[in-house]
Amino acid sequence: MPPPPAPAPADAKTKIALDVNGEPVEVAFAPHKTLLEVLREDLSLTGTKHGCELGECGTCTVRVDGMPVLSCLVLALACAGRRVRTVEGMAAGGKLHPLQDAFAELGAAQCGYCTPAFLLAAEALIAGNPRPDRDDIKRALSGNLCRCTGYIKIYEAVELAAARMRGERAEPTPESLYGVR
Amino acid sequence: MLRLPSFTYLQPRTLEEALAMKADAGAEGMYVAGGTDLYPNMKRRHQEPRTVISLMGIRGLGGCETRDGGCAVGPCMTLTDLCSHPTIRQHYDTVAQAAGLVSTPLLRNMGTLGGNLCLDTRCNYYNQTYEWRQAIDFCMKKDGHICWVAPSSPRCWAVSSSDVAPVMVALGAEYVLVGPGGERVVPAARFYHNDGINYLTKQPDEILCRVRLPRPDGWDAVYHKLRRRDSFDFPVLGVATWVQWQPGNGKRETGRVAEARIVLGGVASWPQEVPEAGAALAGTSLSDEAIAAAADAAYRPAKPMDNTDFDLSWRKQMTRVYVSRALAELRRRRSAR
Repeated sequence: MPPPPAPAPADAKTKIALDVNGEPVEVAFAPHKTLLEVLREDLSLTGTKHGCELGECGTCTVRVDGMPVLSCLVLALACAGRRVRTVEGMAAGGKLHPLQDAFAELGAAQCGYCTPAFLLAAEALIAGNPRPDRDDIKRALSGNLCRCTGYIKIYEAVELAAARMRGERAEPTPESLYGVR
Repeated sequence: MLRLPSFTYLQPRTLEEALAMKADAGAEGMYVAGGTDLYPNMKRRHQEPRTVISLMGIRGLGGCETRDGGCAVGPCMTLTDLCSHPTIRQHYDTVAQAAGLVSTPLLRNMGTLGGNLCLDTRCNYYNQTYEWRQAIDFCMKKDGHICWVAPSSPRCWAVSSSDVAPVMVALGAEYVLVGPGGERVVPAARFYHNDGINYLTKQPDEILCRVRLPRPDGWDAVYHKLRRRDSFDFPVLGVATWVQWQPGNGKRETGRVAEARIVLGGVASWPQEVPEAGAALAGTSLSDEAIAAAADAAYRPAKPMDNTDFDLSWRKQMTRVYVSRALAELRRRRSAR
């Protein structure tokens, strides 16, 4: 880990280097800004959303060194030299991430405001557990609030994406697409 | 938008550096670990340090080692790491369980053991934005003179809302504190005050640098938590129960209780031990009658105030129910061994 940056006077800007979505980035900002604020306001990465800003809703979830955390409660200064991953880093080479595909296919996003956070929390889950069962998924996503979907579509989308990421030829069930007839 | 007030952020590498930084900053300086308690409070202007000193880069404050048969845990260990640590899971599963009941997985990836043990007390009239508090006039915990829960009260009734602290008190854990005057060791029970404002005996410049857990030796403990949602929420009632079994011949215990402690969270400004409840269990084999007597003894002094979630009379009734359930679980665990 690089040495911490020299403390700056409270109102002057401070500068750190970090890795955002696989790219080295240098960014200057007021030292009391949160990671959420720096991502949105200083790096123009507005995929990460503001919610309660008090750690009570999970809407601002990003991954820092692989770990899903609440960016509204992480000081950007504490992220010097670390790897930050946001929803903007998920699609690669013009192709959506399997989780994004599955969320779109199953209607796991309605208003979509909480979706970036769910995608990153689910991605971290699958990275550590490629074969999560429904309870694993519920536990891993229990810090993210969604006020539209009722969560079922989200759980199904994570299951579908996890199966595809394991190389299985998985398709959504007719029940999850159209309901039970 | 809720923004942090401006402050200077310092990242010391050693305890000595951190203490020197705090001495420089004086009363305007505060320590931070995971930040999940301090930063929301700063956004709502509950705490307004001009200098924030992070403890997370100090090497000696993490990890967990076995010593003299017991275990010493670094307070900067995140709650996620604490829950999954093999030693904690094997010998102190109640600590792992309580830590795993704190808030959400995302918050536990950031929040630390030390942060939960030093958690600011909470109240519906305090945990609000500056503008909300200004609109009804500030309370005595910050910026005002009155307690809105009990307006004639001379003291603040904000609630101890830690899940791990009642377990530490029940286990008889010890906290190692380091300050400008050196090191001191405080039993967990003496680390807390029953006062919503001065809820810790820790001095502001002292750093909690180790949590010592007792040797896993013939005792068992269980923690039960009441809240509205099974994720996110702080406890409106926490029940930590600890039982030392009487030693029998050889390695087996007799199945009788030598000593017991029952500690309640969420009903006072500190983790509240109820000695009468523990005494009601001594010498018994946790019979239904003994459990009922202990639950009744715990119910009587529990004094939830109307400043958290749920109806307060129902919360008081739940004390009896949750103590009974926790003790019944201890009995089940004993017979399953």
